[in-house]
Amino acid sequence: MESYEVSVEGLEYRYDKIKAVNNISFKVKKGEIFSFLGPNGAGKTTTINVLTTLLPIQVGKVSISGYDLRNQPDEIRKSIGIVFQNETLDWNLTVRETLEFHGRLYGIAKRTRKKRIDELIEITELKEKENEFVKNLSGGMKRRLEIARGLLTRPKVLFLDEPTIGLDPNSRIRIWSYIKKVNKEGVTIFLTTHYMDEADHLSNRICIIDKGKIIANGSSESLKHSLGMDVIYLKTNQNEMASQLIEEMEELKKLRKTSSELIISVEDGPKTVPKLIEKIRNNGIEIKSINLKKPSLDDVFIQYTGRHLKEEQEKTISNN
Amino acid sequence: MLFTSLVQPALWLALYGISMSSNFKVIIPPGPSIPGIPTIDYLTFMAAGVIALTILFTCLYSGITLQFDKEFGLMKEMLASPLPRSHILIGLSLSGLTKSIIQTLIIIGFGYILGVRFFQDFAFYNIFISVLGMFLFILLFAMGLLFLSSTVALKLKTHEGLQGVITLLSLPLFFASNALYPLTSLPLAIRIMSYINPVSYFILGLRYFTLGSDFYSFGDYYSYSSQEIVFALLFLLGFASITYLFALRTIKRVKIT
Repeated sequence: MESYEVSVEGLEYRYDKIKAVNNISFKVKKGEIFSFLGPNGAGKTTTINVLTTLLPIQVGKVSISGYDLRNQPDEIRKSIGIVFQNETLDWNLTVRETLEFHGRLYGIAKRTRKKRIDELIEITELKEKENEFVKNLSGGMKRRLEIARGLLTRPKVLFLDEPTIGLDPNSRIRIWSYIKKVNKEGVTIFLTTHYMDEADHLSNRICIIDKGKIIANGSSESLKHSLGMDVIYLKTNQNEMASQLIEEMEELKKLRKTSSELIISVEDGPKTVPKLIEKIRNNGIEIKSINLKKPSLDDVFIQYTGRHLKEEQEKTISNN
Repeated sequence: MLFTSLVQPALWLALYGISMSSNFKVIIPPGPSIPGIPTIDYLTFMAAGVIALTILFTCLYSGITLQFDKEFGLMKEMLASPLPRSHILIGLSLSGLTKSIIQTLIIIGFGYILGVRFFQDFAFYNIFISVLGMFLFILLFAMGLLFLSSTVALKLKTHEGLQGVITLLSLPLFFASNALYPLTSLPLAIRIMSYINPVSYFILGLRYFTLGSDFYSFGDYYSYSSQEIVFALLFLLGFASITYLFALRTIKRVKIT
């Protein structure tokens, strides 16, 4: 038996002329939390929609819980739970009715249904609200209800598409703790997010995706480690010349240039910075600012794409 | 929703029906009646048309539910579940059917107050059979319209588009039929339209079961043979089957992004 819960090979998805997902392959191990991290429009939701049978599979091979997506979509539908990115709740049902309806949709027997609903309402702390209409719930409560719904069918894999988008910090932390709790009980979690802290905090493994392609893949630690231990951000009045000087340094592991700054990855930041300053000043270049950071996932993203994940987020927020 | 959808047929009966029938009494004097064959007044004649009108609008607009479900994401939950796609259609049509039957019963009741006389001189046993026959016709007619409406709703992207198409469909469906007037004196083109119009066949069945196989109305003599009724039933069955296949094909191809 394979020990992978989800296995994707050469998946592509095209909307008319735009290739939203471009030849991606990855595997999700049984029992792990796996994250797709990337900016909006990277192809995360498209991938999830194909994996959850909402979009037809065009190119590639996908198997989930041992079932082939092309030939056994109904078997897959039975073995997965989904929490969609946008709210998909009927406002005119109560919390309990929402779960009841979902249970019937999957043909869960009455007694089992009641037992599981009681349990899930307890776990997601919605007991006081069980007879409240969905329209009267807060954003965090709705999200918890959707997670409860996703778990009702005891799925082998739970797909979470941006589970904490638009929630306040408190609700986010609570949702994270549910996700961890659920995962401890053996549910494999596949989540997409454009929040680095979310991917960092929750996942065993992260796939960084950008423009429909997977650009890096590994645990949060190993991704950060792959950059070298530390990152120096340097702004000078002559970045071009400075970069030539830096390239001569033996401590250098990787150098990237953005429009305004140089991003220098080195093994040991604190020791390298004085040497770097000395070398650049000796050549008559003026340093405008210098900044030493332990690498974050954002740095990993910059390393591979030359763009900030954060900037992308801010852009999308201001667009909204 | 049920209340507002009932006010409209009540107004049709009360305003249009009563005014027209008082006019017709002047314009077309009741012809000589053959003894033994009942004469049906205009209000009773057009009551079947009002039932058809109500069902037509209720069912044609029902597809909008699917459009809302799709837009607000509720359909995602269903489409991602192992539920067969056909069940979504069947569920929707059962709700439409329930509404249609309740509306029909209320129109018959309200019509009685205004002077609509259905089941005149029917034996009790015949009334029972007639009601069953009516329900069968309502079933096929309502389902056909619901599936048609579902297909259009799922294919179109906006509510405005859907409303436009529904208006465009409902006017010829209603007026190129025998709902308000007999077909015999209509211009040829409209008469041809009425022969391929499910509304006409529905009303034919409805009149057969509520007024009897032979009656006088409008100075015209109506006589329905059992072959005609069977043909009407088969026509509606065909209508419902074809629209079902279209609706199923459409809902199977719905893509949710």
